[in-house]
Amino acid sequence: MLRPWMRCSKNWRAMWNNFKSKFLGTNFKRFMGFVKKEFYHIFRDKRSMFILFGMPIAQILLFGFAITNEIKNVNIGILDKSKDSETIHITNRISSSPYFKIKNIVSSEQQIEAIFKKGQVKAVLVFEKDFGKNLKSTNLANVQIISDATDPNTANTVTNYIQSILQDYQREINLGIPGREPIEVRSRMFYNPELKGVFNFLPGVMTVILMLVSAMMTSISIAREKEQGTMEVLLVSPLKPLQVIIGKVFPYIFLSIINAIVILLLGFVVFGMPVQGSYFLLALETVLFILCALSLGILISIISKTQQTAMMISLMGLMLPIILLSGFIFPVSSMPWPLQAISNIIPAKWYNLILKGVMIKGVGLRFLWKETLILLGMTVFFIVLSIKKYKIRLE
Amino acid sequence: MQALRDITFEVKPGELFGLIGPDGAGKTTLFRILTTLLFADEGTASVAGMDVVGDYRDIRKAVGYMPGRFSLYQDLSVEENLDFFATIFGTTVEENYDLIKDIYIQIEPFKKRRVVALSGGMKQKLALSCALIHKPKVLFLDEPTTGVDPVSRREFWDMLKRLNSTGITVLVSTPYMDEAELCNRIALIQEGELLVVDSPENIVANHTDSLYKVAAKNTYMLIKDLKDFKGNKSVYAFGEFIHYTHSNSDFSEERLGEYLEAKGHEDIKIVKARAGIEDVFMALSEKKGTEV
Repeated sequence: MLRPWMRCSKNWRAMWNNFKSKFLGTNFKRFMGFVKKEFYHIFRDKRSMFILFGMPIAQILLFGFAITNEIKNVNIGILDKSKDSETIHITNRISSSPYFKIKNIVSSEQQIEAIFKKGQVKAVLVFEKDFGKNLKSTNLANVQIISDATDPNTANTVTNYIQSILQDYQREINLGIPGREPIEVRSRMFYNPELKGVFNFLPGVMTVILMLVSAMMTSISIAREKEQGTMEVLLVSPLKPLQVIIGKVFPYIFLSIINAIVILLLGFVVFGMPVQGSYFLLALETVLFILCALSLGILISIISKTQQTAMMISLMGLMLPIILLSGFIFPVSSMPWPLQAISNIIPAKWYNLILKGVMIKGVGLRFLWKETLILLGMTVFFIVLSIKKYKIRLE
Repeated sequence: MQALRDITFEVKPGELFGLIGPDGAGKTTLFRILTTLLFADEGTASVAGMDVVGDYRDIRKAVGYMPGRFSLYQDLSVEENLDFFATIFGTTVEENYDLIKDIYIQIEPFKKRRVVALSGGMKQKLALSCALIHKPKVLFLDEPTTGVDPVSRREFWDMLKRLNSTGITVLVSTPYMDEAELCNRIALIQEGELLVVDSPENIVANHTDSLYKVAAKNTYMLIKDLKDFKGNKSVYAFGEFIHYTHSNSDFSEERLGEYLEAKGHEDIKIVKARAGIEDVFMALSEKKGTEV
């Protein structure tokens, strides 16, 4: 005997058609006709196509390969005034690590500035005279790390890496000698043990791109109808406001989801960015954020009369705050309080938190309910405001 | 700024009605009120028996509207535009093909071409086809012939006549006075007010001022001297002639001739002529100007 749901699934096509003619009918055809037209607009416009598909890939690859704090093959110099077995041992250790390449061996302090000025090295390691002897007799020897702080981040990282190589070395030679064991600091980086940059930028780039595609593209596309005068014809037609808005938004929901999938795949395949938490939750939150961005896009387009205004509002009003205040580049907690307050009204900040939570920490809704509720609230607010502001007539 | 003032008129079902006036007279505003795109501050209007405010939804289903600015999708092809408008009005191209056949057949060879690559005349035909595809009861055409070459204009009016003969009520606005005679009835509009509403024949017949066409070698001086002629009512250039009317009946062509000769004009021609719509328009708008 067939259970009811099985009968449904057997006749699903007939049921669907029945549903279509009963509830949707010509309205459904109207809507689909409108959506088809929107897809034509998108696929025929080179600019749109580039923003939709070229930019996400370009941004991910750029951020992944070019903009990173990780160091690799950094050139350094050595000034060895001792030249004993210890200093040679240490020098070999440094040059055999993947982070450093020994480019210059200098013989005096005067030469150091010269090679910095030429930009040949990022740091110079200076061993004092009788380094090995001091180390053996007193367990106290001096080294100096001089680094080129033109780029402060790199200088910092380089100094830290050299320090930890030196500490490792000291620990090894003191092994087993009582009273000579220093306090050992063992740091462990939770959630991102290798301190990979991708863990930080991928959620950020994903936020920016989804916002851009959803909010900017929608706002421009409605403003375009106004600018080209086609809105006038659309208004004098049986199309309902809701059909126009959803028809505009629908292709972008679809394309944004594809974009999100592409970004996550790129992150995973190229940079090894994992998703620790639930994929289902990630998908739900992403759809929520897309809806939020789309409703914001609609609101912008309702306010602006030309494509240019829509673009300016989207870029100046959305992109900059998102990039600067969402915590994508600068941590929110170290901003002055007025900026922290402003960052709270930016949807991207909350989505960025959610993304990091789900993807990196692997937490569930129990820890993210607040962020989710805020996004949901913002979405409802934008939609209500848009419907109130939508003009069924010309201004 | 007030665009329209005290407008009352009626268009009968099946009429080809022309709204004629210069740029800035309020034609587009009037059309937008009738097509439910704008609210009037005061007064009521109804289209096909439905109120433009209360029944705007039904009006939007029943009318066809072609705005003054070309407003089809440039990045869509001819065929895709037509399909789109058929779909959003809940019909298909096949269903009403008879109605647009005469017009559409001329652009059908280019149906795969994107609109952006069409000539002005072809765009106009496509826009008309799109406005017609849902078989509207009333068709609003806002300045459809502005910026169109004379041959295409003529063709366009022939198409309108044919459409009108199938029973569709057509309201068309135009700044070209010579298109007035092609309408069943017209309204002359100037600075937001209607000057007269009647058939073009009646409007001309009711115009009693006798009109003279005057020409001479030096047109510029001729206008100046005619304006100095005692008793003149109106003087304006109209193509190669100056149209002249006199304010009272003690006028003779001989007296004007002598006056002009005395002023030193050569090759003087004075011919009594029938007034056209433009003459009536000038006379009426001048009369209105003196009243205010």
